[in-house]
Amino acid sequence: MAELLKISDLQVAFPTDDGLVRAVDGVSLTLNEGETVAIVGESGSGKTVSGLSVMGLHKKGVAQLSGSIMLKDGDRDIDIVTASDEEIRLLRGRAVAMIFQDPMSSLHPYYRIGNQLAEGYLVHNPGKKKEALTRAIEMLDLVGISEPAQRADEYPHQFSGGMRQRVMIAMALMNSPRILIADEPTTALDVTVQAQILILLASLQKEFNMGILLITHDLGVVAQVADRVSVMYGGRIVEQGSVDDVFYKPKAPYTLGLLKSVPRISTHGSDRLKAIPGQPPSLINLPSGCAFAARCEFASHAPGDICETDRPELLGLNPAHLSRCHVSETVRDQLFIKELKEVR
Amino acid sequence: MLNFVARRAFFALMTLLVVSAVVFAIFSLLPFDPAALTCGQHCTDQIIAGNRIKLGFDKPLYIQYFLFLGGIFLGRSYGTGSAAFTCPAPSFGYSYNENACVTDLLREALPVTVSLALGALILWLIVGVSLGIIAARFKNRWPDRLSSVFVLLGTSLPTFVTGLALLIWVTIKWKLVPLSLVGYTPLIENPFKFFQFFILPWITLAIAYAALYTRFTRAAVLETLGEDYIRTARAKGVKERTVLFKHTMRAVFAPIITLAGLDFAGLIGGAIITETIFNLPGLGRLTLRSTYEFDLPIVLATTILAAAVVIIMNLIIDMLYAVLDPRVRI
Repeated sequence: MAELLKISDLQVAFPTDDGLVRAVDGVSLTLNEGETVAIVGESGSGKTVSGLSVMGLHKKGVAQLSGSIMLKDGDRDIDIVTASDEEIRLLRGRAVAMIFQDPMSSLHPYYRIGNQLAEGYLVHNPGKKKEALTRAIEMLDLVGISEPAQRADEYPHQFSGGMRQRVMIAMALMNSPRILIADEPTTALDVTVQAQILILLASLQKEFNMGILLITHDLGVVAQVADRVSVMYGGRIVEQGSVDDVFYKPKAPYTLGLLKSVPRISTHGSDRLKAIPGQPPSLINLPSGCAFAARCEFASHAPGDICETDRPELLGLNPAHLSRCHVSETVRDQLFIKELKEVR
Repeated sequence: MLNFVARRAFFALMTLLVVSAVVFAIFSLLPFDPAALTCGQHCTDQIIAGNRIKLGFDKPLYIQYFLFLGGIFLGRSYGTGSAAFTCPAPSFGYSYNENACVTDLLREALPVTVSLALGALILWLIVGVSLGIIAARFKNRWPDRLSSVFVLLGTSLPTFVTGLALLIWVTIKWKLVPLSLVGYTPLIENPFKFFQFFILPWITLAIAYAALYTRFTRAAVLETLGEDYIRTARAKGVKERTVLFKHTMRAVFAPIITLAGLDFAGLIGGAIITETIFNLPGLGRLTLRSTYEFDLPIVLATTILAAAVVIIMNLIIDMLYAVLDPRVRI
């Protein structure tokens, strides 16, 4: 399995009038061929900002990027952080494509679907208008839109939400990119349609041998389709590992909190949802210690008040399963086993 | 589509009818004797009484209104015997002050005002939209700040200041454009004279409107640039220039057209100040003069004409919208 994407110590900050917003703070992850890596986290945890960074879609001068995002383009490796605007533009849609959360507003309302798809092809294959339109119809067919030739002549408002997300997927795949970034691709859709889209993505992934970077807050979706997962909190990855490891043997208190807060059908109607107490921290003045310390029920198990003063590093006894926490991993394992029994 | 046009045309006609009735009523209920206004200094009761019958002011108000409406479609004759005279259809009445059919006066004034409004419209669209795009593209940088100075000046300087300033400096001091004493020359007769005649009035009006359009375009472009579908275009690898001029402007176009249509219609109703400053024999000046002189048939006609232009322009814009925006189907 070839490595398609390697993000190392990515930092993304936005200067604002109130101070520097550190949206992404030291994110590292890799994505291989045919693999789905999920980034999970709540709103404002930095997951979408990370995805947009890979696309180079942050405005220069508005966002401050550091670290590196090495992207495989054929035989070349390109660092998105240092590449020129034009270099990045030529990668977009061709080497790396993205589908967005809201298919209702992500398509241009004034242009025909076929033309919008063809444009993505024409950008990278100038002058081949006819080929582009043929390809557009092919792709619409591939994503399961019936009568693709007729529908290519229609406008976005003539499509339902699920169909529009299919169109977005078709558009992203026009140039057969190796990497697909899917930013909450199912959030705006009905549950039944969600499943269809996930199945479609999985089958297309096989066909194109793509690496998918799946950005979501939906743990159910992650469990269904991802191979590996990074859990983000306050702009940092707090846990990283295989889906099985993270779901069955969570190491970070935040991940445990997330798993516990998922509503279950077996829960009695009178039981309250086990939400994590407190609010996520502001990204402008992150606490000097662990970003999760104020909400963490295990902070007392750490030595002294280290949770308030020092930032935990992303470490793990198993190098394929890392987490950020000052409480020793063996202590955590014991504590979490009991908690997990309640969940299951 | 045809159904829509027919329905809207019918409603436009009805609106016009109501407007004409209201305007007619207002002017008829003014505390003036319209017949007394028809004769000059050497007036006798006899002449007034004669004119009253001649112009139909002796009849009940609703009959007068129907005679007025009838005149629009059929033309209208006044008086009897050898003193009789006719204003052919479409007749908007007869002005005793001008000693002419109102329609003839409108026919002379309308091309001037349309030339003024159309030229100014083209000028302010070019300047305003371009500046708006530049300001949005370079938001918070010096081109944006410079354009906001222009916006501030354009919106705060009244046309009688800019107009007079242009006249004083450009025409009188610098002698760049000769002071036109000949008056209006149609475009087809002598394009050079036409442009010379209109250039300063165009600029005067365009400055005021271009400022508004700069502000409007800037806001619309910035709003559109923040749309999800613009991000999608960028994600496809579309060039930034194409993102701005194709994807963004396509969406900004429709509201600008709407605004332009309404502003244009408003100007046809009379750019009174500009026409007065530059001595343009257009509708605005005609309206102003006839108001001073209580020349009611002309005021009535120009008011109805202005209303008609606004109503028709609205109809055109609605139809244009259906063409521009695929989501609007009529």
